[in-house]
Amino acid sequence: MDRIYMDHGATTKPDPEVVNAMLPYYNEFFGNASSLHSTGQDAAKVLNRSREIIADLIGARSDEIIFTSGGTESDNLALKGIAYHKKNAGKHIITSIIEHPAILNTCKYMGETGFSITYVPVDDQGVVNPEDIAAAITDDTILISIMHANNEIGTIQPVKEISKIAHEHDVLMHTDAVQSVGKIPVNVDDLGVDMLSISGHKLYGPKGVGALYVRKGTRLQSLVQGGAHEFGKRAGTENIPGIVGFAKAVELANQRLFEDEKHLTNLRDTMIKKLLDSIPYSYLNGHPTLRLPNNVHIRFNFVEGESLLMMLNMKGVDVSTGSACSSKSLEPSHVLMALGLPPEEIHGNLRITMGRENTMKEVDYVVENLIDIVRKLRAMSPLAPKE
Amino acid sequence: MYSEKVMEHFSNPRNVGEIEDADGIGEVGNPVCGDLMTIFIKVDDGRLSDVKFKTFGCGAAIATSSMITELAKGKTIEEALEITRDDVADSLDGLPPVKMHCSNLAADGLHAAIEDYKKKSK
Repeated sequence: MDRIYMDHGATTKPDPEVVNAMLPYYNEFFGNASSLHSTGQDAAKVLNRSREIIADLIGARSDEIIFTSGGTESDNLALKGIAYHKKNAGKHIITSIIEHPAILNTCKYMGETGFSITYVPVDDQGVVNPEDIAAAITDDTILISIMHANNEIGTIQPVKEISKIAHEHDVLMHTDAVQSVGKIPVNVDDLGVDMLSISGHKLYGPKGVGALYVRKGTRLQSLVQGGAHEFGKRAGTENIPGIVGFAKAVELANQRLFEDEKHLTNLRDTMIKKLLDSIPYSYLNGHPTLRLPNNVHIRFNFVEGESLLMMLNMKGVDVSTGSACSSKSLEPSHVLMALGLPPEEIHGNLRITMGRENTMKEVDYVVENLIDIVRKLRAMSPLAPKE
Repeated sequence: MYSEKVMEHFSNPRNVGEIEDADGIGEVGNPVCGDLMTIFIKVDDGRLSDVKFKTFGCGAAIATSSMITELAKGKTIEEALEITRDDVADSLDGLPPVKMHCSNLAADGLHAAIEDYKKKSK
């Protein structure tokens, strides 16, 4: 039996069209986009075309797209690039406590190097309150970074409202949209953001390539010194095959956005309902409707997440968990802790993130197996009430 | 990540359950940390005639619980007290280093059950 992959929050399988689009740029068109000869100019042309395709998906201009090595670098460039450029104007940054480590650890580093960081909390469904952002702004604030959708529990944040508050105070606004782009409509003008991070491999594109949208007129300091690539904001010969694959993935996401969203929402809501209805002491984490269409994040009391994951793995299903036991640090998920869950309930969670290739039949298979697995583990658990 | 033996014990754990009239019960770990083990023992003529467990925890916690019941069953109290955490890990063909401390509680659980038995039989 083929494995059932339901960990699209971690990464996605590149679409065959993506891989096919990339191959000629390894096999044939190998030029350096900075070279003036025809071989180089072929690369420059496809680079520009790719930039236009990606800009188009998010309602940006092509000269507002900076290619990077992925979401983490985009986040680093947004935070450090602005902070270093504006350090004489202010040294305060606002973010949330449920950001991806690419933001949190960058903020931690900046906190150790002379910047001050405010981490706003979230409510018990994982949503940031824009009023908390407004209250945190000081004369020293230069940047606000709030993720568009959370990578663990899938909660979609009120980025539009927060951008409005930021701009009322003359503060720049960044959003990490790595999880949302390609899954829900994302438009930089609608969101009102000055910067936005995207990753290729989360939307059926290749790994090692991403982009940072930087609104025209927003100045930031490059973190990688070298040639004048990417409008002087990110030096280094462009990863043309990766960028071509990324653009193809974005093109497909654009064509399929509404179809995918409808399909995934249907799978998501069916799975959530079936699990909650058939497994006692199970709860949905995050917001019931303000969530990514492919994200199911469920808490099963009295059992531990890594055991759940491994038993599903033996049944041919790939998912993930925020359990401490599954992490290298042995720390439970900072996102689940931020929801205010009692410590013993943080351990029994599964993140099931579906993709366009998943089917209702697979949803039924996963639900049936999870019912058995939870029952089996609870029969072993000293915490579970007797059946 | 886990050895085949760990996976085998995790998927088919031995001696799961409670002993209703147990002679000793040992409880170790903490649900806040994500691992909680209860070991039940039955003692006849100074030997562990039955050993059972209930565990909340990761794959390693369940596999070590299962393994300790196999290692301890039939042993004398003295022999059972000599079983160490390392013995359990070795019998499972090793555990990932990160799991050696947090989830390798089964030997402690067995020793706690024996202490409980000794206290009760005084």
